[in-house]
Amino acid sequence: MNAVGERTSQNYEILPKTGETGEPIGEFLEVSMGPQHPSTHGVFRMDVVLDGEKVVKLKPVFGYLHRNHEKIAENISYLGSMPYTDRLDYFCSMTNNWAYALAVEKLAGLAVPERAEYIRVIMAELTRLQNHTCLIGFFVQDMGALGTPLMYAFREREKILDLFESVSGARMMCNYMRFGGVRCDVTPDWLVQAKQLVNDYGKFLDEYETLLTENEILLARSQGVGVLSRELAVNASITGPMLRASGVNYDLRKVDRYGIYNRFDFKVPLGEHGDTYDRYMVRILEMRESLKILQQALRDIPSGPVMDPKAKLRGLRPKAGEAYGRIEAPKGELGFYLISDGMANPYRYRVRPPSFINLTILEDMCLGHRIADTVVILGSVDIVLGEVDR
Amino acid sequence: METPEQIKLRLETAVPGAKIEILPNDCPAGERSLLVDTAHVLAVAKFLRDDTQLRLDFCSNVTGVDWPEAEIAEKIKVKQVGDGVEKEVEELKKNVRPGFLEVVYHLYSMELKHGPVVLRQRTANRDAKAPVVSLTLVWRGCEFQEREVFDLFGIRLEGHPDLRRILMWDGFKGFPMRKDYVPPDDFEYEPTPHDKVLAEARKHYSPEVKT
Repeated sequence: MNAVGERTSQNYEILPKTGETGEPIGEFLEVSMGPQHPSTHGVFRMDVVLDGEKVVKLKPVFGYLHRNHEKIAENISYLGSMPYTDRLDYFCSMTNNWAYALAVEKLAGLAVPERAEYIRVIMAELTRLQNHTCLIGFFVQDMGALGTPLMYAFREREKILDLFESVSGARMMCNYMRFGGVRCDVTPDWLVQAKQLVNDYGKFLDEYETLLTENEILLARSQGVGVLSRELAVNASITGPMLRASGVNYDLRKVDRYGIYNRFDFKVPLGEHGDTYDRYMVRILEMRESLKILQQALRDIPSGPVMDPKAKLRGLRPKAGEAYGRIEAPKGELGFYLISDGMANPYRYRVRPPSFINLTILEDMCLGHRIADTVVILGSVDIVLGEVDR
Repeated sequence: METPEQIKLRLETAVPGAKIEILPNDCPAGERSLLVDTAHVLAVAKFLRDDTQLRLDFCSNVTGVDWPEAEIAEKIKVKQVGDGVEKEVEELKKNVRPGFLEVVYHLYSMELKHGPVVLRQRTANRDAKAPVVSLTLVWRGCEFQEREVFDLFGIRLEGHPDLRRILMWDGFKGFPMRKDYVPPDDFEYEPTPHDKVLAEARKHYSPEVKT
């Protein structure tokens, strides 16, 4: 036995490959990709079976960050879970807060003042901007564009995080929204800064697109890769930009019109082919629509209170019943399902995590592609392990 | 969209023999749900997905709920004869509700943009072997969520193509989301000098891991 043969590693396994009549014609290689692989966006593992470089089987394995968020939330008060929701998708704490607040408001029958609704929209759209910007940075980094686009993205994200910090005290774990409003009001100065940022962001997007949209490597690596058909996308409960890249017009901001989204004029960008390039393009276009919403919201924001005076935060005890509240988070439909039995803590608290469910069809998209493409496809799904594992 | 009553009526003609019950929801903004028996739930789900008026093609949320055995106090009026006079006396009667596990599905329509219809199915008891029927073959989006329900609640979903643990590790024993689950002091698998803590953690390993 030679030196290579003596090395026993648990990271790969060789499986026999047989022809139609059962004669051996080669070998499959089973590789465990992750959980420390840099392109897995966290601790995520793919069990891949390879025929040469071609993927013949892929099973996602996760749970490394599992902390049973739902059980924790069932043992503390309604308000106590609010900071925990920041940690679900740590890129988009504002939208997580909003989804949870929306579900509790539905359960307890609380109203939200108009100014608070506007602030929520502004925060959610800023979150969408920074999430999509960073995602595209990571996505092209997975293709080998090391550094530059991601640093551009992080430069812009930092400006948005500065705005979050000045209003909530925290860059990422904002813990900003409350049942019946938001925690504190924004200052006129803050609104001026936000307007400035929104006006400049279009220029950044132009710059970003010049760098990427017609880039030859990006086109070669993403067009026709990881095609997701319309029928499968609907049947597999895919939501968010991934669904719309497959050509399904389903945006909760238009369908449910939660909050005050019926007041804004914006379009829902749709893809045509459902490949990774469409997913990239849909996100770019969505950012431009977000800018439109932000401009309208910052222009129209009225003055007034930001909390419902009747809302009781501490010791909230909704009547027995159940409610399911959902919003269009940057990654897809984020829902909270709550059952109350009249006590101070929820009887059942369930998070419907978009990136967890969007992983269902990872294998279908990767089959037949090269192993290097799985990295790009996973990048285009946009997962955050804090939310997948909960 | 149709009310639960209308859906129930149409379901009963479309799926003969299906036992459907409408469960109330005290939350005014919340939706009432349809409780379907496990024998007919697959046919009911297919009808809900394919029916032209409903077209519930999008199964948004799947989750489990644990309802342990509970005492429900109920006030009933009883006639009593005392001193020759008949009196009505309120009496507190305690009913024991047997425990069960429940799977909840939130269905929407992407085509017609309406919803939700809340579908529920229940197990007969809280035994880990009591089955309900998996709807992964109807909605592919249930696949990982039903695996999670199996993993955390221990509900056996018959007909699921790949029913394994998803968030907890393979050797794990017990179902963390159940109400009577007792968390161990420490989950450390690595040997530590703290023997007492280790012995406590070992209670949660399956037999094959112990050896």
